[in-house]
Amino acid sequence: MHPIIKLVSQRLALGILLLLGASALIFGLTEALPGDAAQAVLGQSATPEALANLREEMGLDRPALTRYVEWLTGILQGDLGQSLTNKLDIADSIGKRLGNTLFLACVAAIVSVPLAIFLGLLAVRYRNRWPDKLISAITLTTVSIPEFLIGYVLVYFISVKLGWFSSLAMVNDSMSLGQKLYAIALPALVLTLVVLAQMMRMTRAAILNLMQSAYIETAELKGLSTFQVIARHAFPNAISPIVNVVMLNLAYLVVGVVVVEVVFVYPGMGQYLVDAVTKRDVPVVLACGVVFAAVYIGLNMVADIVSILANPRLRHPK
Amino acid sequence: MSDTLLKVRDLKIGATVYPPGEKPHDIEIVHGVSFDLAPGKVLGLIGESGAGKSTIGLASMAYGRGGVEITGGEVWVNGRDILKSPLGDIRKLRGGEVTYVSQSAAASFNPAKKIMDQVVEAAVEQKKFSRKEAEKRARELFAKLGLPDPDNIGDRYPHQVSGGQLQRCMTALALCPEPDLVVFDEPTTALDVTTQIDVLMAIKEAIRDTGVAALYITHDLAVVAQVSDDIMVLKMGNTVEYGSTDQIINKPQEEYTQALVSVRSIEHEEKQPTPDPVLSVDGITARYKGLNFDVLHNVNVELHPGQTLAVVGESGSGKSTLARVITGLLPPSGGEITFAGRKLSADLAGRSREDLRELQMIYQMADVAMNPRQTVGTIIGRPLEFYFGMRGAEKRKRIIELLDEIELGEKFMDRYPAELSGGQKQRVCIARSLAAKPKMIICDEVTSALDPLVADGILKLLLDLQKIEDVAYLFITHDLATVRAISDSIAVMYQGRVVRYGPKSEVLSPPFDDYTDLLLSSVPEMHLGWLEEVVAHRKMESAGN
Repeated sequence: MHPIIKLVSQRLALGILLLLGASALIFGLTEALPGDAAQAVLGQSATPEALANLREEMGLDRPALTRYVEWLTGILQGDLGQSLTNKLDIADSIGKRLGNTLFLACVAAIVSVPLAIFLGLLAVRYRNRWPDKLISAITLTTVSIPEFLIGYVLVYFISVKLGWFSSLAMVNDSMSLGQKLYAIALPALVLTLVVLAQMMRMTRAAILNLMQSAYIETAELKGLSTFQVIARHAFPNAISPIVNVVMLNLAYLVVGVVVVEVVFVYPGMGQYLVDAVTKRDVPVVLACGVVFAAVYIGLNMVADIVSILANPRLRHPK
Repeated sequence: MSDTLLKVRDLKIGATVYPPGEKPHDIEIVHGVSFDLAPGKVLGLIGESGAGKSTIGLASMAYGRGGVEITGGEVWVNGRDILKSPLGDIRKLRGGEVTYVSQSAAASFNPAKKIMDQVVEAAVEQKKFSRKEAEKRARELFAKLGLPDPDNIGDRYPHQVSGGQLQRCMTALALCPEPDLVVFDEPTTALDVTTQIDVLMAIKEAIRDTGVAALYITHDLAVVAQVSDDIMVLKMGNTVEYGSTDQIINKPQEEYTQALVSVRSIEHEEKQPTPDPVLSVDGITARYKGLNFDVLHNVNVELHPGQTLAVVGESGSGKSTLARVITGLLPPSGGEITFAGRKLSADLAGRSREDLRELQMIYQMADVAMNPRQTVGTIIGRPLEFYFGMRGAEKRKRIIELLDEIELGEKFMDRYPAELSGGQKQRVCIARSLAAKPKMIICDEVTSALDPLVADGILKLLLDLQKIEDVAYLFITHDLATVRAISDSIAVMYQGRVVRYGPKSEVLSPPFDDYTDLLLSSVPEMHLGWLEEVVAHRKMESAGN
């Protein structure tokens, strides 16, 4: 068998195993929390009899392992269970909201990834001169400020003072793509600012590290221009570290949008999760947790696989 | 058309240095060097490390490596001073008129791109040829340089060909744009001797057939004597001697050149074996975890007290693996090791402190074998504390004794490794191993990273110490001159087997087995025409068979 197929299938198997572990961990942790859904529904003043009745009705009196296995089988069949508070099917609610979150994350990624790599290349080209320092200063500033603060600052200046965009990023199915893009412009901008710095700095560091290599000297002695040297000879070897940091940031875009979604009242996964946590809607929290874990593990797996594919020694064995 | 292709006048090159604990400051590393090179001629630049030879070579392409800057003088290529040319013109010169072959082709090829893409890149970029013409020319060069499957080798990636082949690909890369001048910077130094001879011949024929001029940079006078018309000897950025190859090799004027020509003048009388060897290796077979073949096959050697056994072989012959087995780092899959009359545990964990003390090791890379944050005194004092429990004045006295033995002296006690030269670092490593009062020291390529004159000093020191301390050496090396200089017995290794073993006088006298013959005849000799003689001799032999 080609070693690459072996390596990739190993990564895939490992990813599935990891996801299983994550689901068990999430389930276990919500079990370990004091109080349960029945208590949350009935409130502080509930009588023990009422609690016991509701637990039996919800199936909470059975052993945890049984419930975990049931829950897991349900997930594998696409059934995430029912919300405790509004009795709606969780899969349906998540489906729409996950779509919204992914839409926001994708827009932010489409803007930020190429921009970060381009700025990284530019910083290398003019390293230790003013363009490099300016890029570093701006991106470091934006990454150092908490995203909710950036969000509120942008809302104050751009939507309140200038009135260019709405401070609420409401989207619904009846809107056209253009309208949607207009609605999410501000949250997408905030997310871009937050993830830009790390990707840009990683690109810069990875390529600068490679610029010390002997083959870069060879390329310079071929009379290539600095940008040709960077783009043709340094970049192909920097793909693996860059993809890793890009994937980490993409995962952050999906998982970490919670705060930004709340700031802009965006109907995504984050809002949904925060609501569920305040209402102690355990099945919804569990479902959101598993979806986030899947996204995180999936993207990191993709990064691993791309790193393997980018290595010519593995692609073309002796 | 001028009759001088490259004219260098009073070239001065400087660099900024960052010494530990001091402010960065500028130093001059080349102090006014001048020479001429006519079209189609080869000039050899020779010197030890720090002589500035690579720096001068790169200056002919107006290139400064790292923080190096050309601070003065003139470099004329094809009738114009390139130090005064704008960057755009210099880019056309690089990769077009002047090209470069580096020491390590393995590092100089981009691992992510196919060989052909890299070989034709400069020629296409400089608009010398179309892509198609350049590829045709590259394939012709691959064939001329004796590469296997010249039509398809360009489709491979650098890691898919051997080191010697890659070095030839690098030569093809340099010749592809039809340059006027090629700078060869130690092109065969990283290769095994038997590979070096083929690459050397390929380079020499390519220079002759294409009529290109060359700057040939090396530290090995015997090598440069084979390829160059003129030789310039450099030392610390100054010209020592500059003349025809014949004059430099046969009638050197300067003392320094004479020392370079006559290096390896150590006389060492072979000692007779004793009845009780200090080390005997019996039927050792070993393999690395994860490999499905043996790296060592049934190795049997003996080392006698106070004597030197040289283990010689090329890279991949298993000589370093043998050292790992003896030290216990790699437990063998078969055979046993007897040391000082007792059987050694195969595994490092099973060995007593006495076993560890009596068997010490010195490494090739002295600078990475020492903790950079410890002083020389601490480094040498550590085994004294560990094995003998020495403290205070007693320890200090012994450290000073050891420093005197390695000819450095007390003043080195408080220095850090970074403040020492390469030879001094290796001396400290020798003192550290001697501090344990061992019966035997394994020396793994201990002089390979050093300049010839410095290496000679280390070998002399090791021989002197052997007389004083009565210590035995297992000396691992690929360099046959070193073997001749210091050994009492020799084991020649090839592909994990000992192919020839015995007292020095027997191993180095005919009749030889095929491999030992090949190895011995590949060592460059310091006389003109040696390369042609060897190659002609081999052709005749293969025709005879």
